[in-house]
Amino acid sequence: MRLHAPVSEEKIRKVCQEFVGPIYQRPPLKSSVKRVVRVRTIYYIDVLEISGKDVLMRVGCQAGTYIRKLCHDIGIVLGVGAHMQELRRTRSGPFKEDETLVTLYDLRDAYDTWIEEGDESLLRKVIQPVEAAVKHLPKVVIRDSAVDAICHGADLAAPGVLRLETGIKKNSLIAIMTQKGELVALGQARMTTQEILEAEKGIVAKTIRVIMDRGTYPKMWRS
Amino acid sequence: MKKKALPADEKREVLIKAEEPTDPNYGCKPEERPIEEYIKLGIINLDKPPGPTSHEVVAWVKRILKVKKAGHGGTLEPLPTGRGGEIQR
Repeated sequence: MRLHAPVSEEKIRKVCQEFVGPIYQRPPLKSSVKRVVRVRTIYYIDVLEISGKDVLMRVGCQAGTYIRKLCHDIGIVLGVGAHMQELRRTRSGPFKEDETLVTLYDLRDAYDTWIEEGDESLLRKVIQPVEAAVKHLPKVVIRDSAVDAICHGADLAAPGVLRLETGIKKNSLIAIMTQKGELVALGQARMTTQEILEAEKGIVAKTIRVIMDRGTYPKMWRS
Repeated sequence: MKKKALPADEKREVLIKAEEPTDPNYGCKPEERPIEEYIKLGIINLDKPPGPTSHEVVAWVKRILKVKKAGHGGTLEPLPTGRGGEIQR
Protein backbone atom coordinates (compact mmCIF):
# COMPACT_ATOMS: atom_id res chain seq x y z
CA MET A 1 0.00 0.00 0.00
CA ARG A 2 1.34 3.46 -0.83
CA LEU A 3 0.18 6.34 1.31
CA HIS A 4 -0.20 9.76 -0.29
CA ALA A 5 1.56 11.49 2.59
CA PRO A 6 3.73 10.23 5.46
CA VAL A 7 1.95 8.96 8.58
CA SER A 8 3.43 7.78 11.89
CA GLU A 9 3.98 4.05 12.26
CA GLU A 10 1.84 4.02 15.37
CA LYS A 11 -1.13 5.55 13.56
CA ILE A 12 -0.73 3.21 10.56
CA ARG A 13 -0.75 0.12 12.77
CA LYS A 14 -3.66 1.37 14.83
CA VAL A 15 -5.85 2.17 11.83
CA CYS A 16 -5.04 -1.12 10.10
CA GLN A 17 -6.24 -3.01 13.16
CA GLU A 18 -9.57 -1.18 12.93
CA PHE A 19 -10.17 -2.97 9.64
CA VAL A 20 -9.85 -6.44 11.17
CA GLY A 21 -13.23 -8.15 11.37
CA PRO A 22 -16.25 -7.62 9.11
CA ILE A 23 -16.08 -4.69 6.68
CA TYR A 24 -18.35 -3.31 3.96
CA GLN A 25 -17.22 -3.31 0.36
CA ARG A 26 -18.80 -2.51 -2.98
CA PRO A 27 -16.97 -4.21 -5.86
CA PRO A 28 -15.17 -1.73 -8.18
CA LEU A 29 -16.31 -0.90 -11.73
CA LYS A 30 -13.87 -3.44 -13.17
CA SER A 31 -15.34 -6.53 -11.54
CA SER A 32 -16.99 -9.76 -12.52
CA VAL A 33 -19.60 -9.67 -9.77
CA LYS A 34 -22.75 -7.67 -9.15
CA ARG A 35 -21.84 -4.29 -7.67
CA VAL A 36 -23.78 -4.47 -4.45
CA VAL A 37 -22.42 -3.52 -1.07
CA ARG A 38 -21.48 -6.68 0.74
CA VAL A 39 -19.76 -7.74 3.94
CA ARG A 40 -16.35 -9.35 3.81
CA THR A 41 -14.36 -10.55 6.79
CA ILE A 42 -10.75 -9.52 7.34
CA TYR A 43 -9.18 -12.21 9.54
CA TYR A 44 -5.92 -10.38 10.19
CA ILE A 45 -3.72 -7.54 8.96
CA ASP A 46 -0.05 -7.94 9.72
CA VAL A 47 1.99 -4.80 9.00
CA LEU A 48 5.41 -6.20 8.07
CA GLU A 49 7.45 -3.17 7.05
CA ILE A 50 7.01 0.56 6.66
CA SER A 51 9.40 2.46 4.43
CA GLY A 52 8.52 6.11 3.91
CA LYS A 53 5.04 6.09 2.43
CA ASP A 54 5.15 2.40 1.52
CA VAL A 55 3.47 -0.10 3.82
CA LEU A 56 4.09 -3.82 3.33
CA MET A 57 1.37 -5.89 4.91
CA ARG A 58 -0.04 -9.39 4.89
CA VAL A 59 -3.82 -9.57 4.86
CA GLY A 60 -5.80 -12.68 5.71
CA CYS A 61 -9.28 -12.26 4.29
CA GLN A 62 -12.42 -13.90 3.00
CA ALA A 63 -12.50 -14.82 -0.68
CA GLY A 64 -13.82 -11.95 -2.76
CA THR A 65 -12.27 -9.17 -0.70
CA TYR A 66 -11.00 -6.31 -2.85
CA ILE A 67 -7.59 -5.42 -1.46
CA ARG A 68 -7.48 -2.38 -3.73
CA LYS A 69 -10.60 -1.05 -2.01
CA LEU A 70 -9.22 -1.97 1.41
CA CYS A 71 -6.10 0.11 0.77
CA HIS A 72 -8.22 2.99 -0.51
CA ASP A 73 -10.40 2.90 2.60
CA ILE A 74 -7.44 2.67 5.00
CA GLY A 75 -6.10 5.77 3.26
CA ILE A 76 -9.35 7.60 3.87
CA VAL A 77 -9.36 6.77 7.58
CA LEU A 78 -5.71 7.81 7.84
CA GLY A 79 -6.77 11.10 6.31
CA VAL A 80 -4.06 11.23 3.64
CA GLY A 81 -5.33 8.81 1.01
CA ALA A 82 -3.64 5.61 -0.15
CA HIS A 83 -3.67 3.13 -3.00
CA MET A 84 -2.64 -0.46 -3.59
CA GLN A 85 0.80 -0.40 -5.17
CA GLU A 86 1.49 -4.12 -5.51
CA LEU A 87 -0.39 -7.30 -4.67
CA ARG A 88 0.67 -10.90 -4.35
CA ARG A 89 -1.70 -13.64 -3.33
CA THR A 90 0.34 -15.89 -1.05
CA ARG A 91 -2.38 -18.30 -0.10
CA SER A 92 -5.84 -19.45 -1.14
CA GLY A 93 -7.45 -22.17 0.98
CA PRO A 94 -5.10 -25.15 0.81
CA PHE A 95 -2.80 -23.58 -1.79
CA LYS A 96 0.29 -21.78 -0.50
CA GLU A 97 3.72 -20.69 -1.66
CA ASP A 98 5.44 -24.00 -1.06
CA GLU A 99 7.10 -26.69 -3.15
CA THR A 100 3.83 -27.27 -5.02
CA LEU A 101 3.95 -23.72 -6.45
CA VAL A 102 5.31 -24.00 -9.98
CA THR A 103 5.74 -21.88 -13.11
CA LEU A 104 4.65 -22.59 -16.66
CA TYR A 105 8.32 -23.35 -17.43
CA ASP A 106 8.34 -26.05 -14.75
CA LEU A 107 5.19 -27.47 -16.29
CA ARG A 108 6.67 -27.56 -19.76
CA ASP A 109 9.93 -29.12 -18.53
CA ALA A 110 8.03 -31.79 -16.62
CA TYR A 111 5.90 -32.61 -19.66
CA ASP A 112 8.92 -32.79 -21.97
CA THR A 113 10.75 -35.08 -19.55
CA TRP A 114 7.80 -37.45 -19.67
CA ILE A 115 7.41 -37.43 -23.44
CA GLU A 116 11.10 -37.56 -24.32
CA GLU A 117 12.47 -39.74 -21.53
CA GLY A 118 9.43 -41.64 -20.30
CA ASP A 119 9.99 -40.23 -16.82
CA GLU A 120 6.72 -39.31 -15.10
CA SER A 121 8.18 -38.23 -11.79
CA LEU A 122 8.52 -34.50 -12.55
CA LEU A 123 5.01 -34.33 -13.91
CA ARG A 124 3.69 -35.96 -10.74
CA LYS A 125 5.52 -33.37 -8.67
CA VAL A 126 4.29 -30.41 -10.67
CA ILE A 127 0.68 -31.59 -10.84
CA GLN A 128 -1.18 -32.38 -7.61
CA PRO A 129 -4.05 -34.87 -7.42
CA VAL A 130 -7.43 -33.14 -7.24
CA GLU A 131 -7.66 -34.23 -3.59
CA ALA A 132 -5.15 -31.47 -2.80
CA ALA A 133 -7.91 -28.95 -3.48
CA VAL A 134 -9.95 -30.19 -0.52
CA LYS A 135 -7.20 -30.61 2.07
CA HIS A 136 -8.73 -27.80 4.10
CA LEU A 137 -12.28 -29.18 4.09
CA PRO A 138 -13.71 -31.55 6.70
CA LYS A 139 -13.88 -35.05 5.28
CA VAL A 140 -16.48 -37.80 5.36
CA VAL A 141 -15.30 -41.26 4.29
CA ILE A 142 -17.97 -43.52 2.81
CA ARG A 143 -18.49 -47.21 2.05
CA ASP A 144 -17.62 -48.53 -1.42
CA SER A 145 -21.32 -49.42 -1.84
CA ALA A 146 -22.34 -45.75 -1.51
CA VAL A 147 -19.85 -44.34 -4.00
CA ASP A 148 -21.54 -44.86 -7.36
CA ALA A 149 -24.87 -43.54 -6.08
CA ILE A 150 -23.12 -40.30 -5.08
CA CYS A 151 -21.46 -40.22 -8.52
CA HIS A 152 -24.96 -40.20 -9.98
CA GLY A 153 -25.92 -37.25 -7.81
CA ALA A 154 -27.59 -39.00 -4.90
CA ASP A 155 -27.35 -37.29 -1.53
CA LEU A 156 -25.29 -38.97 1.20
CA ALA A 157 -27.32 -40.93 3.74
CA ALA A 158 -26.21 -41.87 7.26
CA PRO A 159 -25.71 -45.62 6.67
CA GLY A 160 -23.09 -44.82 4.02
CA VAL A 161 -20.75 -43.06 6.42
CA LEU A 162 -17.68 -44.85 7.84
CA ARG A 163 -15.49 -42.03 9.19
CA LEU A 164 -15.90 -38.32 9.61
CA GLU A 165 -14.01 -35.34 10.97
CA THR A 166 -14.93 -33.03 13.81
CA GLY A 167 -15.99 -29.47 13.07
CA ILE A 168 -18.75 -30.16 10.55
CA LYS A 169 -21.52 -27.61 10.93
CA LYS A 170 -24.88 -27.42 9.16
CA ASN A 171 -24.51 -26.10 5.61
CA SER A 172 -20.72 -26.23 5.69
CA LEU A 173 -18.86 -27.59 2.69
CA ILE A 174 -17.49 -31.12 3.11
CA ALA A 175 -15.40 -33.47 1.00
CA ILE A 176 -16.87 -36.93 0.43
CA MET A 177 -14.04 -39.48 0.13
CA THR A 178 -13.52 -43.17 -0.52
CA GLN A 179 -11.47 -45.32 1.83
CA LYS A 180 -8.66 -45.17 -0.69
CA GLY A 181 -8.54 -41.40 -0.25
CA GLU A 182 -10.21 -40.50 -3.54
CA LEU A 183 -12.46 -37.45 -3.77
CA VAL A 184 -15.96 -38.54 -4.77
CA ALA A 185 -17.87 -35.27 -4.47
CA LEU A 186 -18.30 -32.02 -2.60
CA GLY A 187 -21.27 -31.93 -0.31
CA GLN A 188 -23.15 -29.51 1.85
CA ALA A 189 -23.63 -30.87 5.35
CA ARG A 190 -27.20 -31.23 6.55
CA MET A 191 -26.11 -32.44 10.00
CA THR A 192 -23.30 -31.64 12.41
CA THR A 193 -20.46 -34.06 13.17
CA GLN A 194 -22.21 -35.23 16.33
CA GLU A 195 -25.55 -35.73 14.55
CA ILE A 196 -23.92 -37.70 11.74
CA LEU A 197 -22.13 -39.88 14.25
CA GLU A 198 -25.37 -40.75 16.03
CA ALA A 199 -27.75 -40.94 13.04
CA GLU A 200 -28.92 -44.33 11.82
CA LYS A 201 -30.78 -42.87 8.86
CA GLY A 202 -31.48 -39.60 7.10
CA ILE A 203 -29.60 -37.38 4.69
CA VAL A 204 -26.24 -36.37 6.07
CA ALA A 205 -25.14 -34.20 3.17
CA LYS A 206 -26.51 -32.84 -0.08
CA THR A 207 -24.27 -33.70 -3.02
CA ILE A 208 -23.44 -30.42 -4.74
CA ARG A 209 -20.55 -31.24 -7.10
CA VAL A 210 -19.57 -34.71 -8.28
CA ILE A 211 -15.89 -35.15 -9.12
CA MET A 212 -15.43 -38.91 -9.55
CA ASP A 213 -16.47 -40.53 -12.84
CA ARG A 214 -19.51 -42.78 -12.70
CA GLY A 215 -18.67 -46.46 -12.88
CA THR A 216 -15.39 -46.12 -11.01
CA TYR A 217 -17.04 -48.15 -8.28
CA PRO A 218 -19.75 -50.69 -9.03
CA LYS A 219 -23.43 -49.80 -9.05
CA MET A 220 -24.83 -51.12 -5.79
CA TRP A 221 -28.30 -49.71 -5.45
CA ARG A 222 -31.73 -50.80 -6.60
CA SER A 223 -33.17 -48.58 -9.35
CA MET B 1 -1.26 -11.04 20.10
CA LYS B 2 -2.26 -11.20 16.44
CA LYS B 3 -3.55 -14.59 15.43
CA LYS B 4 -2.50 -15.34 11.88
CA ALA B 5 -4.92 -18.16 11.28
CA LEU B 6 -7.66 -18.57 8.75
CA PRO B 7 -10.87 -20.57 9.17
CA ALA B 8 -9.30 -23.14 6.83
CA ASP B 9 -6.62 -23.81 9.45
CA GLU B 10 -9.04 -25.30 11.98
CA LYS B 11 -7.62 -28.53 13.41
CA ARG B 12 -9.85 -31.58 13.11
CA GLU B 13 -9.97 -35.09 14.52
CA VAL B 14 -11.19 -38.23 12.80
CA LEU B 15 -14.11 -40.11 14.37
CA ILE B 16 -14.99 -43.66 13.40
CA LYS B 17 -18.66 -44.48 12.93
CA ALA B 18 -18.29 -47.90 11.26
CA GLU B 19 -15.68 -50.12 9.62
CA GLU B 20 -15.71 -52.01 6.34
CA PRO B 21 -12.97 -53.21 4.02
CA THR B 22 -12.52 -51.54 0.63
CA ASP B 23 -12.41 -53.57 -2.58
CA PRO B 24 -8.96 -53.34 -4.18
CA ASN B 25 -10.48 -54.07 -7.61
CA TYR B 26 -12.16 -50.68 -7.84
CA GLY B 27 -10.78 -47.20 -7.54
CA CYS B 28 -7.19 -46.27 -6.89
CA LYS B 29 -5.19 -44.23 -4.38
CA PRO B 30 -4.65 -40.76 -5.89
CA GLU B 31 -0.82 -41.01 -5.99
CA GLU B 32 -1.05 -44.35 -7.79
CA ARG B 33 -3.28 -43.25 -10.65
CA PRO B 34 -1.83 -44.02 -14.09
CA ILE B 35 -0.32 -40.84 -15.50
CA GLU B 36 -3.05 -39.99 -18.01
CA GLU B 37 -5.72 -40.26 -15.31
CA TYR B 38 -3.48 -38.46 -12.83
CA ILE B 39 -3.24 -35.50 -15.22
CA LYS B 40 -6.96 -35.58 -15.99
CA LEU B 41 -7.83 -35.39 -12.29
CA GLY B 42 -4.98 -33.00 -11.57
CA ILE B 43 -4.58 -29.56 -10.11
CA ILE B 44 -1.67 -27.18 -10.52
CA ASN B 45 -0.62 -24.55 -7.98
CA LEU B 46 0.57 -22.16 -10.65
CA ASP B 47 2.59 -18.99 -10.12
CA LYS B 48 0.89 -16.99 -12.79
CA PRO B 49 3.05 -14.52 -14.71
CA PRO B 50 1.83 -10.93 -14.47
CA GLY B 51 0.38 -9.60 -17.71
CA PRO B 52 -1.59 -12.40 -19.32
CA THR B 53 -5.08 -13.07 -18.06
CA SER B 54 -5.92 -16.25 -16.15
CA HIS B 55 -7.89 -17.29 -19.19
CA GLU B 56 -4.86 -17.04 -21.47
CA VAL B 57 -2.74 -18.95 -18.98
CA VAL B 58 -5.30 -21.76 -18.96
CA ALA B 59 -5.04 -21.91 -22.76
CA TRP B 60 -1.26 -22.32 -22.44
CA VAL B 61 -1.63 -25.08 -19.87
CA LYS B 62 -4.01 -26.95 -22.18
CA ARG B 63 -1.53 -26.61 -25.02
CA ILE B 64 1.48 -27.75 -22.97
CA LEU B 65 -0.24 -30.78 -21.48
CA LYS B 66 -2.33 -31.52 -24.54
CA VAL B 67 -5.56 -31.67 -22.54
CA LYS B 68 -8.97 -30.60 -23.77
CA LYS B 69 -10.39 -29.19 -20.57
CA ALA B 70 -8.86 -27.00 -17.91
CA GLY B 71 -10.07 -24.19 -15.73
CA HIS B 72 -8.82 -21.79 -13.11
CA GLY B 73 -9.87 -20.96 -9.60
CA GLY B 74 -10.85 -17.32 -9.66
CA THR B 75 -9.32 -14.18 -11.09
CA LEU B 76 -7.05 -11.75 -9.30
CA GLU B 77 -7.41 -7.97 -9.38
CA PRO B 78 -5.70 -6.67 -12.53
CA LEU B 79 -1.94 -6.04 -12.48
CA PRO B 80 -0.67 -8.12 -9.57
CA THR B 81 1.28 -11.36 -9.71
CA GLY B 82 0.13 -14.15 -7.56
CA ARG B 83 -0.61 -17.80 -7.49
CA GLY B 84 -3.53 -19.15 -9.35
CA GLY B 85 -4.95 -22.64 -8.94
CA GLU B 86 -5.45 -24.37 -12.26
CA ILE B 87 -7.79 -27.28 -12.43
CA GLN B 88 -7.57 -29.87 -15.14
CA ARG B 89 -10.10 -32.24 -16.45
